[in-house]
Parts: sequence; C-alpha cells; structure tokens
Amino acid sequence: MKSAASAPGMLKILNANISYFRGGTTTNVLENVSLEVQPGEFLAILGPSGCGKSTLLGAIAGFNRLTQGEIFVDSRPVQKPDADRGIVFQDHNLFPWKTVIANVEFGLKMRGVPETQRRHLAKEMLTRVGLSEFVRHYPDQLSGGMQQRVNLARVLVNRPEVLLMDEPFGALDAQTRLQMQELLLNLWGEYGMTVVFVTHDVDEAILLSDRVLIMSRRPGRIRAEIPVSLSRPRSIDLLTGGDFTDIKRECMRFLRSPQKSHVESCDELIAG
Amino acid sequence: MRVVHPERVLYGAGDDRPARFNLRVPSHFFAGSVFVRALSVLICLLLWQSGSANRWNVMVNFQNIPAPTEVAEAFIHLVQSSKLLAHIWSSVARIFVGFGLAAVLAVGLGLLVGRIRLAADIFMSPLEVLRPIPAVAWIPLAILMFPNSEESMIFITFVGAFFPILLNTIHGVSTIDRRLVFASLTLGASPVAVFREVIFPGALPSIVTGLSIGMGTSWFSLVTAEMISGQYGIGYYTWEAYTLQNYPDIVLGMITIGLLGMLSSMLVRRAGGMLMPWQGCREVKV
Repeated sequence: MKSAASAPGMLKILNANISYFRGGTTTNVLENVSLEVQPGEFLAILGPSGCGKSTLLGAIAGFNRLTQGEIFVDSRPVQKPDADRGIVFQDHNLFPWKTVIANVEFGLKMRGVPETQRRHLAKEMLTRVGLSEFVRHYPDQLSGGMQQRVNLARVLVNRPEVLLMDEPFGALDAQTRLQMQELLLNLWGEYGMTVVFVTHDVDEAILLSDRVLIMSRRPGRIRAEIPVSLSRPRSIDLLTGGDFTDIKRECMRFLRSPQKSHVESCDELIAG
Repeated sequence: MRVVHPERVLYGAGDDRPARFNLRVPSHFFAGSVFVRALSVLICLLLWQSGSANRWNVMVNFQNIPAPTEVAEAFIHLVQSSKLLAHIWSSVARIFVGFGLAAVLAVGLGLLVGRIRLAADIFMSPLEVLRPIPAVAWIPLAILMFPNSEESMIFITFVGAFFPILLNTIHGVSTIDRRLVFASLTLGASPVAVFREVIFPGALPSIVTGLSIGMGTSWFSLVTAEMISGQYGIGYYTWEAYTLQNYPDIVLGMITIGLLGMLSSMLVRRAGGMLMPWQGCREVKV
C-alpha cells in the first residue's frame, strides 16, 4: 500500500443505505455500508451481480442518492457528480460524435483550459496510453481495448482524486484484459489517485488491489475485508503463485457463503 | 484467381451488413445491376406508352392519359418558356420558409421536452391533441387565420413538417445512453454543457431522420394547399393543367413534384451527413 497520508483522495462512507419503493414493496439495495479508503489506496469490491456494488459506485460518483448515511471525499460531503471523482464504465463510455482527442480534451474544456494547452495535455495523455496515432479517429473505429485506453486517458487527464471503475475490463478478451490491467497499475503508480474498482472477477480483484471487499447478494452488505499483501510492482506471473492462491481461497470462502442461495453466485464468479 | 463478391460471403465478413441487399445505396453497383434496373424502367415506360396508344380501359382507364411521348413533347415546350420555373420557385420559397421555421422550433422544443420534465408537462398535452390532425385538415382554418393565401400555405407547410421533426427529436433525446450523461457530469460538465455537448449531438441522428421525413410531409402538405388555395406553385400548376385540360402537363407537374421532393430530401441527408462525420458511410434511415 502506498503511504501518502497528506495526499488528497480520502474516501469515507458512513452507514450508507439505499432502498427504493416500487410496486408496494421496498427493496434494500445497500444496507449499512461503511468503509474508509486511504488516499492513493487501490480498493477492489467483489460480489455477485445484483449485489449493489455498481449502485454503491454510483453513490460515490454522486448519481445515486443515499436513503441514509453519508459519503465524504476529503471531508467534503458528496452531493452531485464532480470532476474530483472520475468514473469508467464497462462500455459505451466515449462520446461517439467526438474524435479521440476531443474526447480526451472534454474535461479540460469544461474547466476552461485554453485550446492549445488542452490539446497538448490530451496528446501527452494519449501518448501515455499508447494511442498517439489514433488522435483523429472516432471511437467506433477503435477496438474495445483501445476505447478503454482512451477512456482512461480522458478521465486521468482531469487528475481526479478518486477513480471509480465499474467492471471496466469485463467486456474485453482475456489477453487485452491483462494488458489493460497492467496499464492501469502503471498509471496508478504514476498518478497515485485513489481507486475503487468494482469487479466480479476474483483474480482481477486480487491482482490489482491493496484490499478486497466482498459484498453479499441483495441487500448489499460488506461480508468481508481481505487485505492483499502481495508486493508491488505486480505482474501476471503472480496469478500462479502460492500467496495469490491463498488469498484467492480466502476470497472464495466468503463468496461460497453459508447461505445455500449463495452457492450459485459462487459458480458465477468462478466462471467470470 | 476467382474473386468472390462480398455479397457472396454469407457469414463472418462484416456482421453489420443488412439482412438482404441494401436498396438505398447500391455500393456494389454491378454492370449487371445497372442493366436490369435500366431495363425495368424501360419496360414500365413501354407499358405506359402502349396503354395510352391503344386506349386501354381495363380497371384503369387510359383513354385520357397522355403517353410518355406527349409528356416529353410538353416538357420541351415548357423548357422553352420560363413558366414552370416561376411555379417551382414559389413552391421552393414556401418550403424554405415553412420547413425552416418548423425545423428550428421543433428541434428546440423537442430537446427541451425530451430532457426537462416540466417542459414536457407544459407542452405535451396540447401537442398530443394537435398531432393526429393531418396538415391538410388545417387548410380551411389556415385560410381564415391568415390575411393572404401565401401565409396560409406557408403555415400548412410548417404544420406538415413540425410533428415528424418534433417527435423524432424527442425520441432521439430519450434514447441517449445515460452513461454518456453521467460521464460528462463526472468530467465537470455544467447542465448547459451537457445539452450542448451530449444531448444535441446524441439526438442528432434522430433529428436528421425527423428532418428528412418532415421534408417529405411538408412537400405533401404544400402541394395539397396549392391545389386548393394557391396562385403559382407546382401544385397549383398541376391542378390548373387538369382544369385547362392540358393533360400532358399534369404528368409533368407530378414528375416535377417527385423530383423536387427527392432532391430536397437528398439535401437534408447530405447536410445531416456533413454534420455527423462520425456516422461514416452509415445511411440515415428514412
């Protein structure tokens, strides 16, 4: 874990609850979720689909209102979406009507950065993610992996304090996914932002994060917290190592819940 | 080496092809296709010619229908005078004003109604009542509402174009992926910027579709209005030809109407294509 105590990007969630009322019944999506993420920490949230992990991410981003509880970023309460919390979705992230460079420039443009300067910054960022030759392309002309590279560039050029990622590599093939995971780790090492990474892939969660939170099926609660004390920088070779397998076994133990209904979710996770 | 035409590769190469042939854009215009298409037009003309020459009267009465040759003759006649041009010009001017007004108002209103609930609550109930009324049914009232026939005809053109553009704009706004709006907000976009940078370009393909349909309906409405209350205009010309028993001119008027409609729809699609370079060679569906 990186120790930059004074750096911004401290995320605190206090007793977050989200429930909605529809058709005469109240559904609890999130129940008493409290957690703290240190500045520069890489946190992975693992759970079966429908466990509310995306809802939680949406709440941190400011899209979803909490029914109860509070979220703070550096002791500022979260009220609406803002540029200090960047988000990356699984797909359909980029503006199809903007070129790659215009997509990356977007955040800077919104902040009123002059055109020549923002073009320069965006180009630099695109070079960093290895796409300097695709500046004039439209997103539809790029592969899924390349689109997510552009997406990372677009979010990171804004220098967010917290980077929220909702299964960002879930739609990519295995090989591209590994490349993207490596790229993400490098960028994280470079920029030091706090990352909250939602996934249902156990390997991915362990490979990337400092700490894995495991959520239960609806209503979403935090079932377990598993520290990942593997040394950094990490590489794919880790996936076959003994330490890795120990942590994975630990994760699986919580995913394979004592409640019967959770067995199927576990299969789903292994498949994922 | 034997080269297989892409149309013969049935699966795997380019999954985004239409299920069958793309009739709108013959991107693979073979010599064979050209020949068959030309031949089919020729056969239609021949059937028409022989129908008129032999005065067929089976189901359709060809006795007073001018033959293609007579129409061609009338055409040569007309080109030598400048009579038709004046008619075309007054119709085009009416379309320009009526359609232009409809485009600006319907797109603006559609964006607001599609995005802001209050705007929808305010505007949609009266519009829903007016929407099913065909533009043509407005003609009597339009004559009463406006001091001269020119304005009432422009109004009819406006009504004809307004609703297709409005509905397609609203539809376009409603189909924008919410994640794009979310993404823009987390990148620091203000509500106005969301409108300008996300909502408008996101709805644009649908807006262009609406404009293209609206162009067709505004011509349709205008021609009818001109037949009833016009002086000058291509619809008036066609109806006048009937009352004066210049039968070849009727067909000439019809063909001109068809060509004008086709040309203006093409213009709308071209302009749309230029506004949406990201759409590549994808055709706007009409």
